[in-house]
Amino acid sequence: MKKKDIDVLKHELVPEHVVMDDKEAERIMREYMVSKAQLPKIKESDSAAKQIGAKSGDIIKVIRKSQTADRFVSYRITIK
Amino acid sequence: MTSLKRIGRIKFGLLAPKEIRRMSVVKVITADTYDDDGFPIDMGLMDQRLGVIDPGLRCKTCGNRPGACPGHMGHIELAAPVVHVGYTKLIKKILLSICKGENCGRVKLTEKEKKEFLNRMEEFRENDRPITPIVEEMFKTSAKVMECPHCGEEQIEIKFEKPTSYYEGDHKLMPAEIRKRFEKIPDEDIPLFGMDVNVARPEWMMLRVLPVPPVTARPSITLESGQRSEDDLTHKLVDILRINQRFQENREAGAPQLIIEDLLELLQYHVTTFFDNAVSGVPSARHRSGRPLKTLSQRLKGKEGRFRGSLSGKRVNFSARTVISPEPNLSINEVGVPKAIAEELTLPVVVTERNIEEMRECVRRGPKHPGANYLRRIDGRRIKITEQNAEEVAETIEYGCRVDRHLKDGDIVLFNRQPSLHRMSIMAHRVKVMPHRTFRINPAVCPPYNADFDGDEMNLHVCQTEEARAEALLLMDVQRNILSPRFGGPIIGGIHDLITGMYILTRRGKMFDENSALELLRKTDIRKLPEPAELIDGVPYWNGKQIFSQILPPGLNLTFNAKICYNCDKCRGVDCERDAYVVIRDSQLLHGVMDEAAVGAFKGKVLDRVVKEYPNETARKFIDDMSHLAIRSIMSEGFSFGIDDEDIPKDAKIQIDEAVELANQKIHKLVDAYENDELEPLPGRSLDETLEMKIMQELGRARDETGRTAERFMGKDNSAVVMAVSGARGSMLNLTQMAACVGQQSVRGERIHRGYIGRTLPHFRRNDLGADAHGFVASSYKTGLNPTEFFFHAIGGREGLVDTAVRTSKSGYFQRRMINALQDLEVKYDGTVRETHGGLVQFMYGEDGVDPSKSDYGKAVNVKRIVEAVVGDEKGAGRV
Ligand SMILES: [Mg+2]
Ligand SMILES: [Zn+2]
Ligand SMILES: [Zn+2]
Ligand SMILES: [Zn+2]
Repeated sequence: MKKKDIDVLKHELVPEHVVMDDKEAERIMREYMVSKAQLPKIKESDSAAKQIGAKSGDIIKVIRKSQTADRFVSYRITIK
Repeated sequence: MTSLKRIGRIKFGLLAPKEIRRMSVVKVITADTYDDDGFPIDMGLMDQRLGVIDPGLRCKTCGNRPGACPGHMGHIELAAPVVHVGYTKLIKKILLSICKGENCGRVKLTEKEKKEFLNRMEEFRENDRPITPIVEEMFKTSAKVMECPHCGEEQIEIKFEKPTSYYEGDHKLMPAEIRKRFEKIPDEDIPLFGMDVNVARPEWMMLRVLPVPPVTARPSITLESGQRSEDDLTHKLVDILRINQRFQENREAGAPQLIIEDLLELLQYHVTTFFDNAVSGVPSARHRSGRPLKTLSQRLKGKEGRFRGSLSGKRVNFSARTVISPEPNLSINEVGVPKAIAEELTLPVVVTERNIEEMRECVRRGPKHPGANYLRRIDGRRIKITEQNAEEVAETIEYGCRVDRHLKDGDIVLFNRQPSLHRMSIMAHRVKVMPHRTFRINPAVCPPYNADFDGDEMNLHVCQTEEARAEALLLMDVQRNILSPRFGGPIIGGIHDLITGMYILTRRGKMFDENSALELLRKTDIRKLPEPAELIDGVPYWNGKQIFSQILPPGLNLTFNAKICYNCDKCRGVDCERDAYVVIRDSQLLHGVMDEAAVGAFKGKVLDRVVKEYPNETARKFIDDMSHLAIRSIMSEGFSFGIDDEDIPKDAKIQIDEAVELANQKIHKLVDAYENDELEPLPGRSLDETLEMKIMQELGRARDETGRTAERFMGKDNSAVVMAVSGARGSMLNLTQMAACVGQQSVRGERIHRGYIGRTLPHFRRNDLGADAHGFVASSYKTGLNPTEFFFHAIGGREGLVDTAVRTSKSGYFQRRMINALQDLEVKYDGTVRETHGGLVQFMYGEDGVDPSKSDYGKAVNVKRIVEAVVGDEKGAGRV
């Protein structure tokens, strides 16, 4: 199997990643009162980011399983 | 009141030679410090313009006396530049990245590459990201270029040799040469190194001028003999000046190159050790006595250094330290303070209309407890109150005076035990002044401090202001910290004898007449007893469960299995023959005993419910009453443990020996089967591994069997058994080892195999696979071990010791790093966790936003409990 054929998102330990559209991203930044620089970061070269085609500046929504909260949503800003 | 100012930003740069000269008040040229009359020599290291430390003198720069004069910097003009040790790596990187060309000195990058790097740095800066990785990449890229893209000059490989030498091919680069090269680097190239041209030029890393710290930073001390002893820094500066002078003289006299180079090397050595006397590859400079000198870097670094020793950690006034000892009659929020300490520690009280008489009485008593040590009058004069002047001073007292009165009962103090690993390591207690010389605490507060009474010492701090006391009470009061944020359960509660006491009070069969019942409850404020359980010959009797029920807060319902429960396959509930099924209805203990699972710290379910469902004050009262009652109970019953409590009857001994013998036989069979190739390997195991596992299993079984035998013969009233089953101290395993059989000794989970070829000790035959030959200890601690057993036991014991030693040091360092990394994070009002710049770390604290100290063992709500409380399920009400 070639490297390209692996979809890391299908792995059990990799949480769901979604690129958010500008309107939604705007809403998140207002909700948490943060600038883009204050968000947690993810590299453009990150396997999960590559998989969903996120580009520098995009905000990615990460939905993961949580021990305490069952399901937990967090956001990351894509950087170079 | 001085107004506070905020530091907006800090910028780091290099000191330019010009800057050093500008801030200098003296050019130091002579290595001599004092003349024959003991007077500081002009332009020497003790020049009076550098500040004064001797009383009676005035500073020649600022005119102030010692103490008021802050000290002033001087400088030394070095005869030749030397490398600053702190920058050797950076000097190497810059040397590698620039062109050696006579008229070039530019960074070996094309304009396009340069622009690209600079742009990326700018972008990173805008996004608040560290630019270090880009700078590193730049150094790597430019170092590889062997032909200058600007002037075409061929480059020669440069090597750095620790600690401060640079070689270009075979030629040694002198600091002066390096300095010349760096001077040629154009300003526009500097940002590529991650430097800011406005505050730093690379050539400043080669020192031509050395700043001389003021005298106040290196004071000399006068010994008893009248001799002066200089500070280590002064010694080092003397060395530098001497060599500097010799170097200059030799150069001017036209000495041979070799000598000049040697002297330069020496100058470099002295300047290096002046900055840091622990550079690898540099022999440390030593005092005449052989002690290594403490130079600049040693003053700052490490545990006793300026940062960790003087700034983050300080010694404070209004504090005391002494040994702790137990006093179960105290409340958990009290601390017994020795009278001698109470007479030394004070609290400022301003005299008002309402307290003037009380304060006058304090002053009148003076240094005798409850008195006062100082009086500050309205004019600001402070008077020490002594026995002689007490009466006199007491008369002068008036409104607005401040009396430093002794600590007395009820004062709020902070109590602390190191290491302070969590917030419960410092809590607020109320003072109780007591005779003797130790701090006294209720043993129920030992767990949060992790204290015991084998010589532990603790610190006490007296809050000096009303605000401090209010804050201490609101946040740090002991009863507010019964629940640990670590696991959401009680961390304060019964331990050791408190659990034993509760257990023997509440187990079946004990009856008390009115007198003894009230005697047990003496320290609580219960004075009325309920309906007696029984009348014998017309005399009323109460059982232990009833007496315990009196201290429970009203309206408590609870059902659970006690610690003594055997987890029988089919629980008989209320009819449990061991009385392990606890039922509390409307605050009456109907069935079961109170043991570790009921009132113990960490695990106590009754305790847990009381803390979570009643006010803190009620919970505190419950723990207090519980410890008072438990101690009275254990004292009236009498409880001790000695060597003869480990005695077992002859029959038991025979049974134990039989069990061991049986195991030996089974092992024999196993070994026979192994040698005859009849042993079936376990899945995934080799034949050898299978044999070992089976033998271990057999021996483990044998030990457990002997333990059960011993337990059966010792009976449940044996002190050790009582402590083990109630969870007070020790385990059945400890007991087994003491009375029956110590069992298999192991290293890394395996039997002991190391030693001679084919055997562990010369006492055994080669290839003996039996129990004795590989560390099975059939003896008990009581009977004593035979020599081979003793040896194996020492091997096994050593592993445990090494493990704990390694664990404590590793975890201590890990804790330090964790705290350093996390200390500035804050949970904001919107539930997010952010660092100081507002950067988000967690979108919701702990992902569920629950404060674990307000939770039920980590869960936000105990749904079952709520449902039962509302529905009022009769059968399982309050079942945990
Ligand atoms: Mg101790
Ligand atoms: Zn001065
Ligand atoms: Zn060049
Ligand atoms: Zn049971």
